[in-house]
Amino acid sequence: MPARKSASSSSSDLLLHMKNIHIKGKSDEKWIDIINGVDLELNRGEVLGLIGESGAGKSTLGLAAMGFCRDGCKITDGSIHFDGMDMMSLSKDELRLLRGHRISYVAQSAAASFNPAHKLIDQFCEAPMIHNVMSRSQATEYAIDLYHRINLPDPDQFGFRYPHEVSGGQLQRAMTAMALSCRPDLIIFDEPTTALDVTTQIEVLAAIKDIVKEFNTAAIYISHDLAVVAQMADRIKVLLKGDEVEQAATDVMLKSPSEDYTKSLWAVREYNRKEQKKPAKTEMPIISIKNVTAGYASKLDVLKDVSFDIYKKRTVAVVGESGSGKSTTARVVTGLLQPRMGSVSFEGETLPAGYQSRSRDQLRRIQMIYQMADTALNPKLRIRDLIARPANMYLGLNGKALEERVRNLLHMIEMEPDQFIDRLPSELSGGQKQRIGIARAIAAEPSIIICDEVTSALDQLVAEGILKLLDRLQSELDLSYMFITHDLATVRAIADEVVVMKDGIVVEQGIKSKMFTPPHHPYTELLLGSVPEMDPKWLDRLLDERGKDNLGDAAIAKMRNQGLT
Amino acid sequence: MIYLQTLLGVLVFIGVGLSAGWVFREMLVFITSRNTGKFLRTAPLTACFGMLVIAIYIICAVFAPFIAPYGEADILSGGFEPWSSTYILGTDNLGRDVFTRLIYGARNTVGIAFLITALAFLFGTILGIFAALKGGIIDQGMSRLIDVLMAIPSLIFSLLMLTIFGTSVLSLVIIIATIDSTRVFRIARAVSLNIVQLDYVEAAKLRGESTSYLILREILPNAMAPLAAEFGLRFCFVFLMISALSFLGLGLQPPTADWGSMVRDNADLISFGDITPLIPAGAIALLTIAVNFVVDWLLHRASGLKD
Repeated sequence: MPARKSASSSSSDLLLHMKNIHIKGKSDEKWIDIINGVDLELNRGEVLGLIGESGAGKSTLGLAAMGFCRDGCKITDGSIHFDGMDMMSLSKDELRLLRGHRISYVAQSAAASFNPAHKLIDQFCEAPMIHNVMSRSQATEYAIDLYHRINLPDPDQFGFRYPHEVSGGQLQRAMTAMALSCRPDLIIFDEPTTALDVTTQIEVLAAIKDIVKEFNTAAIYISHDLAVVAQMADRIKVLLKGDEVEQAATDVMLKSPSEDYTKSLWAVREYNRKEQKKPAKTEMPIISIKNVTAGYASKLDVLKDVSFDIYKKRTVAVVGESGSGKSTTARVVTGLLQPRMGSVSFEGETLPAGYQSRSRDQLRRIQMIYQMADTALNPKLRIRDLIARPANMYLGLNGKALEERVRNLLHMIEMEPDQFIDRLPSELSGGQKQRIGIARAIAAEPSIIICDEVTSALDQLVAEGILKLLDRLQSELDLSYMFITHDLATVRAIADEVVVMKDGIVVEQGIKSKMFTPPHHPYTELLLGSVPEMDPKWLDRLLDERGKDNLGDAAIAKMRNQGLT
Repeated sequence: MIYLQTLLGVLVFIGVGLSAGWVFREMLVFITSRNTGKFLRTAPLTACFGMLVIAIYIICAVFAPFIAPYGEADILSGGFEPWSSTYILGTDNLGRDVFTRLIYGARNTVGIAFLITALAFLFGTILGIFAALKGGIIDQGMSRLIDVLMAIPSLIFSLLMLTIFGTSVLSLVIIIATIDSTRVFRIARAVSLNIVQLDYVEAAKLRGESTSYLILREILPNAMAPLAAEFGLRFCFVFLMISALSFLGLGLQPPTADWGSMVRDNADLISFGDITPLIPAGAIALLTIAVNFVVDWLLHRASGLKD
């Protein structure tokens, strides 16, 4: 194994020093400020967490640390010194020598960052060979060594697979290993676990933490999830709209944040709705799913014998990882997918299986809100038309009455009618789009709304606003919700009942308070245990308790072997 | 020496063309509303030149009787008069004024090509989106039928049909529109296949919207950009096709002026070193290039690429 580069042996401990950074981005022929004068210092072996909402400039600042700007952005002011070198004055070629070699980058979507046509290990070896750090055989050996350390399954053979042959969590870990291929001094992690399930997230976090500690690498960890950053970082910096809000050591920051904005971020996770009282025994459920087995074109069943009820004014959260059949259940309820066996009934009356054969009134009373508000709203229609359509179709409102109704609905979702009524969806923020999606659903005056991961694409503060809105609408309009989510914090906030799904099977269901107190089904246990807590020691404790081999995929595989699922 | 002169001529032409484009763009930005102006300012000079040329053609086509010095089919003198102050571009084999026929040709050829392209898009787009929306057997059936029609070379197919149904303008329009709508169908279907999967289409389906609402309000507006670009390209093909058919004697019938048949009528002059027959051919080439400049720009915008 080659020795650590000697060129970097400067006396000071300061590795990266960014001073008074200003970055502007071009939009619509105008330059807009993205970062306004942020300072950043990073010592060797230190991990800095960057926190903020989307649009706060976290990623832009992280990339600037590599002396890199996205297309349409430019660094207008400030200085960046990496290990004593002035990055701003280096030529493109000199910067290229640094990137990938002494500074490396781990992107959010590993699946999109790997070249699908090459084996993992070939992509691993590329950087060390280009930078003349190692020969091919040395790099291969080193890769296998790293795969062992981060606990990948079958590490000797792992690298000889193609990216599509391994799971998302494994791919993200392989990318972390790849970032280490040249033994960099600094790694920038840009939301590396945001796209992953909670159970797989832990594996990746454990791998990153392990490797950063082992090689004494400095890192910038960018995330919007506080609990995750709390595990990884020594120091946390909070950004808001391109300005630094505050920065402090992790435990100080968690215990006593000084700024109001930071406090509000911390408070988000404390939203907890009172559980509604249980329905009477005799009450008829709004939606009753009975022994539904369903699947797509292939013979494989995605749902196996799923049954649960949703009562009036209650929220049922359907929880599970991706691929567990949550969304498929929603498709069966809405009639987009016809079940092979079983049925869905609405207030005791069996619904026709396909939406085409349902009556207009049946369609009206089951509405849906989608995860991606961007694709759920027709980009060519104005807000007025988007919301008016269901009211016009189902309730026959026209002219003045329709306009009145639309304005009313906009008031209900806390958006000023005069300001928004004539806008296009592209002129709204993510949270506002999601509100329009909600308005469109309630415009039909439904009995139940299916919420498919409605908050998972949003920032925490915005997501909390949406949850509060849904909660208020529920009590005002007597709605029921079927709330599909993988985020247990959301479940805790809004659910009355919880249905835990795995591989198309309901593994456990019951009222919320019971679900969050032991004893659990082992899968529920794993799911609950994998949600990061705000305690910086949480990950270490969990690793001690469970051991490295009992996390995420590995734990699920074990469960499967024991015949528990 | 002659090469240098030609080179110089080409450079001057490009320079004049681009600067004319620039002047045209400034003028458009000045007279249109603020938003349209902002949009137009992003147009490259080639696209502006294209728009200018198209504008000139449209003006010629619309005001042909006012611009042209003589009547469309007037026989004014003996055949093949040279260029002179009375007959700017001389006369053709029957003694009709070439300049006049060039202007009327814009009206006939461009007008009919536009009509045909519009019809082809009307059928092709609606059927294409319908196939994408319905999927399954309907989609398969329609697509295979279109494949069969597309498998026959279009020029030969149209020659065949024109021989069967006769060479009236009506049958010309219907036959070429049908043949071209198969190409539009393919593109409309491909574009909408991506759109029908989006959540807002699903939401509209679940709302119980009719098929025509789904096609016209939900899918078509969002498929507009690539279709508009395709419209420009398709227009060129149709235009060339009509000219080619006229050249072969199956397109627009005399005495209607048409650029394709004008090339054929005066083709003999080429052997005497007279370039008059090349002028209608040049008019075809110039419009084709102009339309493609504009289409390139629109496609570039639709693809969302930054320079």
